[in-house]
Amino acid sequence: MGMTIAEKILAIHAGKRSVSPKEIVDAEIDYVMVNDVTGLPAFEVFEEFGTTPIREKTVLIQDHYVPNKDVASAEQAKSMREFARKYAIKKHFDVGRSGVCHQIMIEEGFVAPGRLIVGADSHTCSYGALGALSTGIGSSEAASVMATGELWFRVPESQKFTVDGQLGNHVMGKDIILHIIGDIGVSGSLYRSMEFYGSAIVSLPLSDRITISNMAIEAGAKCGIIPPDEKVFDYLKNRAIGEYSPVYADEDAEYEDTFEYDAAEMRPMVAKPHLPENVVPVSEIDVAIDQAYLGSCTNGRIEDLRSAAAVLAGKKVHPDVRMIVVPASRSVFEEALSEGLIEVFMNADAYVAGPTCGACLGGYMGVLAEGERCVSSTNRNFIGRMGHKDSEVYLANPAVVAASAVTGQITDPEDLG
Amino acid sequence: MKKYIEGKVWRFSDNVDTDQIIPAKYLVTGDSRELAKHAFENVRPEFAEEVRGGDIIVGGKNFGSGSSREHAPRALLGAGVACVIAPSFARIFYRNSINIGLPLVECDIDAADGVVLAIDFENGKIVNTNTGSAYTFPPMPDFLVKLLDVGLIENTKRKLGGQL
Repeated sequence: MGMTIAEKILAIHAGKRSVSPKEIVDAEIDYVMVNDVTGLPAFEVFEEFGTTPIREKTVLIQDHYVPNKDVASAEQAKSMREFARKYAIKKHFDVGRSGVCHQIMIEEGFVAPGRLIVGADSHTCSYGALGALSTGIGSSEAASVMATGELWFRVPESQKFTVDGQLGNHVMGKDIILHIIGDIGVSGSLYRSMEFYGSAIVSLPLSDRITISNMAIEAGAKCGIIPPDEKVFDYLKNRAIGEYSPVYADEDAEYEDTFEYDAAEMRPMVAKPHLPENVVPVSEIDVAIDQAYLGSCTNGRIEDLRSAAAVLAGKKVHPDVRMIVVPASRSVFEEALSEGLIEVFMNADAYVAGPTCGACLGGYMGVLAEGERCVSSTNRNFIGRMGHKDSEVYLANPAVVAASAVTGQITDPEDLG
Repeated sequence: MKKYIEGKVWRFSDNVDTDQIIPAKYLVTGDSRELAKHAFENVRPEFAEEVRGGDIIVGGKNFGSGSSREHAPRALLGAGVACVIAPSFARIFYRNSINIGLPLVECDIDAADGVVLAIDFENGKIVNTNTGSAYTFPPMPDFLVKLLDVGLIENTKRKLGGQL
């Protein structure tokens, strides 16, 4: 019987000829990553083992609360620096040289097709856009993988999502994944592997594909994988660390479900509070906002900043709105600077900050007060996600965030003129 | 792991996410008891104060969705929660809970706030002692029961020592 991409990657890493859904396997991990929030508990657990971490597999990234927002977060970040120093871990990315962990994992070439990567952050599933099987785990498991290099997996059932046709103006990867989550719900892919196919997916730039894989977790999935193509191989030239072998599904692979969508029918979407499945086309919503947030592992890449800047150029952010722009990494920031995008944002009266996860999870740098509403390019709109329990988050693509910042209402960029 | 427990129910609805269980602003410690002080702060502010050791959480589908924060099950363990019952769990929350010794039961049950449940883990039975309703659940796979009993830390030590 044929295998899906997830089944094949797990079989290869478990040293087996084949695996089937629901089977439990022990698999060799290529990389394990922790950030400054999930790192501390992992380091405490690690010390119980009385061993040294597998250095070549361990990646430490400071991103959630750095530069530190308070003393407690400073202590947390310090514990990562000390862990890196104690065990001579070179793959430690600190303030000024870093960015949002998933963007760094991709930029630094740790991610490549066919790899099996785990991270103590739920959006680790982002790397599926490059044909890897990657998934979020907890801190204790991350510590265990640093020590043993292995982890058990329940082989997931796979679901096939096909999006064919041409996407309209201002319709992005974000809208495809929001559309799908709106269709199947936040537990529609629970324990499952999502695989994405179709001409619309193939036509997307890598950045938009990363957005799609990134939000697979918002449907409950273990991973969201896109078969790697030339766009991925080109991106990885002179970037990927070591060799890699792309993995594709067999023709007779078995999928638990298949879903088909027409790209031409998709519109810019908004997920209303307090679940990513509460989606409506942006044109059907009439909501005034206090803040517009552009950034995060979901939509903080250069392509996202370009989309927003194209909408904002020559315009001003509405006087009642704060717009916050957070490039996902130092490298994205540098590109935005050299392309003149930072100037566009600042001329529009947006506030531009250095890379951090920051306000996406209500940490700092844009936390919401009671009753405030934010249109955000991030991934979650849960109760209290970006601040006060009675604040609201509306998820949208970067162009919608920019257009809404200008009008003060959640706005379709098409209507901005 | 205990074979039989009785405990008072805290009832929650579908899609309880880890931001509800422990808001991100408290993710500056891994200490269970410290985290427990803020468990469900945004959605059930009375929980942290009124929860008692041995209480049971009954959730709806997709319990523990969202972030990978192990702080979520740690906060529940720190609050003395003895077990979480839900028709389905988010996968990272499920793994995290088992790894740190918080028992989970996948079962769709009718149990209001404050009722007392009796859970027989060995025979896969839950009884709502207030209404008399009984439910059955399939036992956890053996390797998960062992992991729950031993804990991930000890399990990893054994692996490193060549005992697994």
